[in-house]
Amino acid sequence: MASVALQSIGKSFGGVPVLSDINLDIADGEFLTLVGASGCGKSTLIRIIAGLEPQSAGSVLIDGVPVDHLRPHERHVAMVFQSYALYPHMKVFANIALPLVMSRLRLFERLPVLRLLSARRRSVMAGIADEVHAVARQLQIEALLERRPSQLSGGQRQRVALGRAMVRQPAAFLMDEPLSNLDAKLRVHMRSELAELHARIGTTFIYVTHDQVEAMTMSDRVAMMDNGVILQLGRPGDLYARPANVKVAQFIGTPAINLLPAKASASGLVELFGRELPVRAGGAPGAALTIGIRPEALTPAPAGSARAGMHALVGRLRRSENLGAGQILHVDLVAPASGTVICSIANGPETLPIESGELALLFAPASCHVFDAEGQRIADDSAPVTPSPEPRTRALT
Amino acid sequence: MTAAALPYAAPLPRRNRQRFIESVAGVGFAFPAFLLLLLTNVVPLLVLLYLSFTDFKLGALESHFLGLDNFRKALADPVFRRSLANTFVYVAIVLPGSVGLGLLIAVLLHKRRRTRSIYEVIYFLPVTSTLIAMATVWQFILHPRLGPVNGVLRAMGFDAIPFLSEPAYVLPTLAAIGIWQLVGFNMVLFLAGLSAIPRDLYEAAEIDGCRSGVDRFLTITWPLLGPTTMFVIVTTSITAFKVFDTVAVMTRGGPMGSSEVLLYAIYLEGYQYFHMGYAAALTLIFLAFVLLFSILQTFVLERRVHY
Repeated sequence: MASVALQSIGKSFGGVPVLSDINLDIADGEFLTLVGASGCGKSTLIRIIAGLEPQSAGSVLIDGVPVDHLRPHERHVAMVFQSYALYPHMKVFANIALPLVMSRLRLFERLPVLRLLSARRRSVMAGIADEVHAVARQLQIEALLERRPSQLSGGQRQRVALGRAMVRQPAAFLMDEPLSNLDAKLRVHMRSELAELHARIGTTFIYVTHDQVEAMTMSDRVAMMDNGVILQLGRPGDLYARPANVKVAQFIGTPAINLLPAKASASGLVELFGRELPVRAGGAPGAALTIGIRPEALTPAPAGSARAGMHALVGRLRRSENLGAGQILHVDLVAPASGTVICSIANGPETLPIESGELALLFAPASCHVFDAEGQRIADDSAPVTPSPEPRTRALT
Repeated sequence: MTAAALPYAAPLPRRNRQRFIESVAGVGFAFPAFLLLLLTNVVPLLVLLYLSFTDFKLGALESHFLGLDNFRKALADPVFRRSLANTFVYVAIVLPGSVGLGLLIAVLLHKRRRTRSIYEVIYFLPVTSTLIAMATVWQFILHPRLGPVNGVLRAMGFDAIPFLSEPAYVLPTLAAIGIWQLVGFNMVLFLAGLSAIPRDLYEAAEIDGCRSGVDRFLTITWPLLGPTTMFVIVTTSITAFKVFDTVAVMTRGGPMGSSEVLLYAIYLEGYQYFHMGYAAALTLIFLAFVLLFSILQTFVLERRVHY
């Protein structure tokens, strides 16, 4: 168990920068997820931590000690690959045992005939076998130890890869999209198993994924990456409730957040489709803004209805998707507004029957996320413009 | 077409008819290929088999059926037995030499990026060159008085080595040339095998504690090259068994029969002494050996390389 720290890590491939000035402190026992679209540099970063890829700048510290000059196995980290990277010619037992065999036996003790010369080999191997069995028991793969990887299902291979990582009791687990080769159902199952495993063994987990649901459900903290930089680092709830950047807002949450064009009014408030919202714009009058409203923050109501403290977008229902537990409405906004917004509601006894035709989408101004032209969040820490009874984050209807 | 009008009442006749048409068409399509296979592979083998039971001589108008006499004669023939033993010695040197060297060069070249193709071409050149022509060059290189190899040896103060005229040296010398010719081909096969090993495995091995190149080779490379190695070993041993051109051009089986090999003995019997029947029997024995060798290797190795 150990803490991991990254200090101004930079990396470029042949002059093309893929990571720049990454600073990250990962506490001992933390579950930290690096999330981002493909090509954002998250896999490169985890490979730098593992020592598989040298960084161009900066330093990696494990337990406060720089490990930049150390080979991967000397860093005492374990890695689970997307492809699992199981050794196809070895049985499950040998796969899990390999890290221990490599560290506890000398070269000649691993060679076919020469190993007979070693007096201690037998006792060392017996110790290794005990540990392999203990790990296999934890992962419930004891029955598979005599099989080869080709005889295992995807989920079983995943467990073997985990076992190979666990058996060394590493300082940290590095996982590079470990669930993306599994089918949807198994992925949900392994997700909770991984979270439970982390809770049980308490080792530091650094987890790379492009799936925001995995990031949100498993992690203590999430680092959202884009274009080689960390856009936002925080608890999953923070990334959802207070996205620091419009890209974070877009990436986190399903269905994706609605983004609407707006501008700063003369009085310093947000002007959305010609109407002022009681939300501070924080920029020069006329500056272009982007307003983000989560689909969950919109409440459909009959056209023309109003509610105190709520604003309305008027639109025409184009399509609705019934998910059983809820519905997703696709609404084309009508003039003076334009564009399509998505609204998600829970199906309950009080849910309005949604019919096609005009309807109003009510939202609390405080649930709006305001971003400037560069996509940065405009701080809303200042005192609210008008006293509003609505909670600041999202209006749960 | 009456059946088509009553598809549900009488489906059987129609299905049978269709099946008949399909099988006729299938046989029709397969027949030319099968005939070709018969004419080029099976019939010659049967003719060979028949010849091996006769005393047929090239150009002779009649021949007699001898039964197994040719085979009995072959097993008692000291020339044939010597050529068999020589062939085994040759294979025993060429097989490990060309497979081992091919693997070594492939592993060394695999990681090179810019120079890899240059080296590939250089090592592959002997494969593409005609061995008959190259044998003449080798004969010059190894010449006791004129050859550069002995020139260097003499310059360093050693005695000249009569590579091709001393019975003890001639087989190893021919084997070395055989290795020289085969290494490039084996290297290409091994390179293909190496590229098929996923990079992930090397990275996993590195994290799991494979420190040195030896560790990596023993843990990943060698086991995962198993299927390639098996193929290389089988093809190399068949090629080595068929050694002929260097012997025919450089030594003619000499000195004193010390480089007589199977194929050369068959050639002499068939085309120099015109004993076609006897040569056919020798050829069958040769084929039996190659077959036995290949089957043995496949069975022994197959069990170890598949996962």
